[in-house]
Formats: sequence, structure tokens, C-alpha cells
Amino acid sequence: MPRLVSHPDEVKIVSRRFGLGADHIDRYVELGGYESAKKCLAQGPDWIINEMKASNLRGRGGAGFPAGLKWSFVPKQSAKPKYVLVNGDESEPGTCKDHLIFLHDPHAVIEGTIIAGLAIGAKLGFIYLRGEYRYLLKIMEKAVADAYIKGFLGKNIFGSETEFQVITHSGAGAYEVGEESALMESLEGKRGVPRIRPPFPAVVGVYGGPTIINNAETIATVPHVIEMGAAAYAEVGSPRNGGTRLFCISGHVERPGVYELPMGYNLKKMIYDVAGGIRGGRGLKAVVPGGSSTPVLLPGEIDIGMDFDQVGKAGSMLGSGGVVVIDDQTCIVEFALRTISFYQHESCGWCIPCREGTDWLKKSLMRFHAGFGEAKDIDNIQYLAENMLGRTFCPLGDAAAMPMLGFVKKFRKEFEEHLNGKACPFAKHMEMAVI
Amino acid sequence: MNDETMTLFSPRLAARLDALVEKYPVRRSALVPMLLYAQDEIGYLSDAVISEVAQRIGITELEVRNVATYYSMLRFKPAGKYNVQVCTNISCMLRGGFEIYDRFQEELGIGHKGVTGDGLFSLEEVECIGACCWAPAIQVNYEFYDDLTPELVPGILDAYRLKARAPSDGSSPLGRKAEPEGTDAHA
Ligand SMILES: Cc1cc2nc3c(=O)[nH]c(=O)nc-3n(C[C@H](O)[C@H](O)[C@H](O)COP(=O)(O)O)c2cc1C
Ligand code: FES
Repeated sequence: MPRLVSHPDEVKIVSRRFGLGADHIDRYVELGGYESAKKCLAQGPDWIINEMKASNLRGRGGAGFPAGLKWSFVPKQSAKPKYVLVNGDESEPGTCKDHLIFLHDPHAVIEGTIIAGLAIGAKLGFIYLRGEYRYLLKIMEKAVADAYIKGFLGKNIFGSETEFQVITHSGAGAYEVGEESALMESLEGKRGVPRIRPPFPAVVGVYGGPTIINNAETIATVPHVIEMGAAAYAEVGSPRNGGTRLFCISGHVERPGVYELPMGYNLKKMIYDVAGGIRGGRGLKAVVPGGSSTPVLLPGEIDIGMDFDQVGKAGSMLGSGGVVVIDDQTCIVEFALRTISFYQHESCGWCIPCREGTDWLKKSLMRFHAGFGEAKDIDNIQYLAENMLGRTFCPLGDAAAMPMLGFVKKFRKEFEEHLNGKACPFAKHMEMAVI
Repeated sequence: MNDETMTLFSPRLAARLDALVEKYPVRRSALVPMLLYAQDEIGYLSDAVISEVAQRIGITELEVRNVATYYSMLRFKPAGKYNVQVCTNISCMLRGGFEIYDRFQEELGIGHKGVTGDGLFSLEEVECIGACCWAPAIQVNYEFYDDLTPELVPGILDAYRLKARAPSDGSSPLGRKAEPEGTDAHA
């Protein structure tokens, strides 16, 4: 069972009900659950969308797109049915927050889905969980069944004339289907290859109908925004970055865990105070601030607020909220190799720059790490990565290339130390298993 | 369904798949979960499973294969009764994921995608399983184990060996919450 952690600096909004038995519907209701959905039902779509816009809630899946704005793109009139699709594919290495939401607060996901549906006039929502999360799917399925029994879902939700249904769905192992257009393909029973955009899902989505796609944490936050009021929620965060975020602090820290902190919380404090500093009193080498696809930060670059804008200014991205902390005994070349091995494995093969680029990057880094690198390989890695950027249908190519650029630019010296047959100064796993 | 397919899937699974196709506005949406649920019972996607699923969805076997080959959890050869999946991705790697993987390789005498001679275990090195803050983490079938050390590895395997020998009462070897054998979660 995943361990829950806490720290005095936490502001528990999304995680408020964690560990309180809120997976039981009665308990969820006792703790104020489903009141927000009822309120939204009474207030209507325009009010909901205005609240969402005013809350400054930005997507927690990675890109940080303002949720209210996304919802407002859905056409009011549509010949085809509209849908809500909750993205619970959670596969970005370093990220395990949706895991806790599904485990501890499944009804918040359902309630958020209902509210999203009310906002855009959808009658059906899908909750897509990665295939590995089977035990969580069961929790979600039970929660959905209970919500039907209570009449919170169905033809007449909360005794009204409004219909809203929810379908839970299991994937079967694929990082790429976390990408929104591939997610829709997968939900439709196809290979998870991305779609060309435009049209965007808000106009042409699942089964061709207008669809809003949001991350599970974004959706689980929605009822809290309504409950607190948009202004109060926005107040918690930093400018243009409303509220809190579930930060997944992993790697070489004393107290790894999922901590809910206000947007804009200082990264250095997050590592040294909240997560207890570097394990075993070692030094810090680097931090990957937002999941494996975000460019690495050096110890001198971490005195920044963790919101989308400030991390962007520091040359990286807030991404999925996965803060991976790396100590000074770690080989960056090995870390880069493990990162690119992942993207090489997960590239769906649709776009050539991504398929070939990730493969060449992996081969180059394997050779390099094994001590057979040449000086020109370092530039070559950079060249390959630069030529992948922006040249693929979906951002998986970018997600693979950006961290590689960060590693070679910021740790060039460490790459050079691997040259001329010199053994890796840290290496434990010279031949990495080829997945 | 005809007699042959009746014997391929248990009545429980057949009923579940019947309900699954009805669940979606478009039948084909049931394809990916159907393949996974069928695999959970049969062990892998045999020709017979592919054919049965194609029939149930109403598409060709070729289309089913085309989709199935995309997803990393779906397989076309039997795995062990207990499929050990060790995450070695970044957060796990930093906290000893490769040491865990090495230890499983030693204990089982098999490598990536290998199956033990008795068919009890298979081993896989996998990508991030969403347990990064509790690293290093593994899954055995669908059950998570986290905060591991190499010393815990033999105990985990022994518990499954014991479970395989004991008449199934549906309980998990390590006293965790469990589902009946042969359904979608083994433990
Ligand atoms: C390769 C790739 C993988 C992604 N994986 C996920 C994922 O697992 N979960 C997720 O919520 N978003 C993921 N995203 C982002 C989605 O495309 C999409 O932006 C997001 O679900 C929108 O929700 P949000 O606005 O609430 O963040 C991924 C994007 C890419 C390019
Ligand atoms: S990196 Fe191993 S569970 Fe995420």
C-alpha cells in the first residue's frame, strides 16, 4: 500500500480526504462530497465555466493549459454527442499522484467528471486508467456503481432532469496513449497513435464528438474549486497558477512521497525541508522537476517557485509534478541512458524523427556509457535531439529530446569523462538490459 | 456463442465480456480491455482467443492482432503463473531498481521475458508503474510491492510458491486483499 506522508507546509485540498475512508460513498458524502455537483447543477454551464476560468486551475497532466479555457472551446450546439474523458494513464516516469487519487478519493474523480459534463453539456464521461492500475480500476468501478445506486449518476442525476453516465475503462500498457489524441484512439479500440490537430478534441474528439480531456488530478480538483469558490482557490497559488499541486518527490531524498503544496512553492525548500534533504547526507547533483521529459536543473537553479511560469523561465517545465532528485554519486550518462531507453521503448513508431531519433540516441548513449564513445558523439546526441524537436505529430518526440539536450548541455564535462575507454566513475550497470 | 467458445472462456469471463461490449456507445471500444481480461484468464492471446475476441467485437482477426501488438501488457506466448515485473525506470533506478531486478534474475535463473522451467514465474523489466515515490517497486501480476530491498526478494517468491501449492482460498500470499484465482487479479 502506498505510504502517505505529510508536512506542515502542505495545504491539503485535493488530498484532504486521503486516508479517511472516502472511497466509501457514505463517508465521501459525510465529508461534503457531491455538494459541488449539486451546486453546479443548479447554477448551469456558464457559471461553472466562469468559476473554472477564475480559479486559474491549469491542467495537471503536463502542459498546464487553463482548464476553464479548454472547457469554453466546446461548441454549445453539436450534432454529435459530447464527452468528457478523464486521463488516468499516468505513465510519465516520476509521477504517481493519480494513483493516490484513485485509491483514496475515487468519488472526487466522478464528481469532477459530472461537473465537467454539466459545463459542456455532455451526457457521458469516460475514466481511462492505465492497465497496470487494475486494483485502482476496481476501486473506481465500485465507486461508479455506488454513485449509480445513490442516483448521483444515471438518467436523472440528483433527482433532476439531467442525465450523466460514467464508464470506466482499462488500457493495456502504453505511455503514448497518455497523449490526448492517442488516448481517444485507444478508447475507440485502436492502436494508440496520435491524431493530426486541428481539429482539436474540444471540437472533434471521441467518436467524432466534442470532447474535453483532462488529467485525473485536474478533474479531482474541480469539486474543491467549486466548494471553496474560485477566488479562494486561486488565492492559494501564485499568479496565473491557481491552487495546489500534488508533487511527487522521488529519488535520493530522505522522505520521498506525494506532498500537496501551493503552486509556486520553492523547489529548494521542497527538497530540503519537505522531503528531508538528500539521503545519507550526500550532495545534490541535479533535479528533474516535472517528470522524465522535463530538462534537468542544476543545484544552482533550484531556488525557484514551482509553477508553470517560473519553471518555464528557469528553462525547464513543471510538467506532471514528478520531482526526481539525483545525488552526487549518480552517473548522469547512465541516467540519460535510462531516460532515453524509456522513450525509445514507448515511441509508437508513427513519426520517423521520433522512432529513429530515440533509437539512435539510445544506441549512442549505450555505446558512450560502455566506454566506447567518441568526442563527436556528444555533439551528435545534441544534433539528433535538436532535429527531433517540433517535428512530430505528438509531443513524445519533444519529451524524449528535451531532457537529452539538458543532460549534454549541462553535464558535458561528465560526458567527456566517459571518453577514450575510461570506465564510468559511478557505473554499476554497464550493460543495461535492453527492454 | 457456440460450444467451442463456451469452453474457451469460463462462464464468468464470458458473462463479463458480454456485458463489456454493451457498456460502450460503440462496440469496438471494448477491444483493449477485452483482450486484457481474456489474457488474464487464458494466460496469453492464443489464436483461439484472438478469433473469439474478433467475433465478439465484429472485426477481423487481423484487426485484433494489429491493435493487440501495440500494447505492452498483451502477449502472444504464455508467461509464468506469476509474472514478476520489475520497474527500473528513473525513480526506481535511483533507489536500487536494478539491484532488485538482478536479485530476481539470480533467484529465478531467468532474464527479461524468461519463464521458469516449472512455469511458475516469469520475469520482466518494465517501465514506470506509477509507484515512483515508493520506489523501488514491482508488480507480481497486478499486485504492487514497494519500498523493496534485494533481501526481500526470496521471501516474495517463497510466498508465491507456497500459494501455488496451497489449495486456492483466494487469499494473497502476503496477507493482502485478494481476488479469487483465475480472475483479473491473482493477488
Ligand atoms: C507522450 C505524452 C504522454 C502523456 N501522458 C499523459 C498521462 O499519462 N496523463 C495525463 O493526464 N496527461 C498526459 N499527457 C498530456 C495529455 O496529452 C493532455 O495534455 C492532458 O491529459 C490534458 O489534461 P490537463 O489539461 O488536465 O493536463 C501526455 C502527453 C504526451 C505528449
Ligand atoms: S519509476 Fe519505477 S514506479 Fe515510477
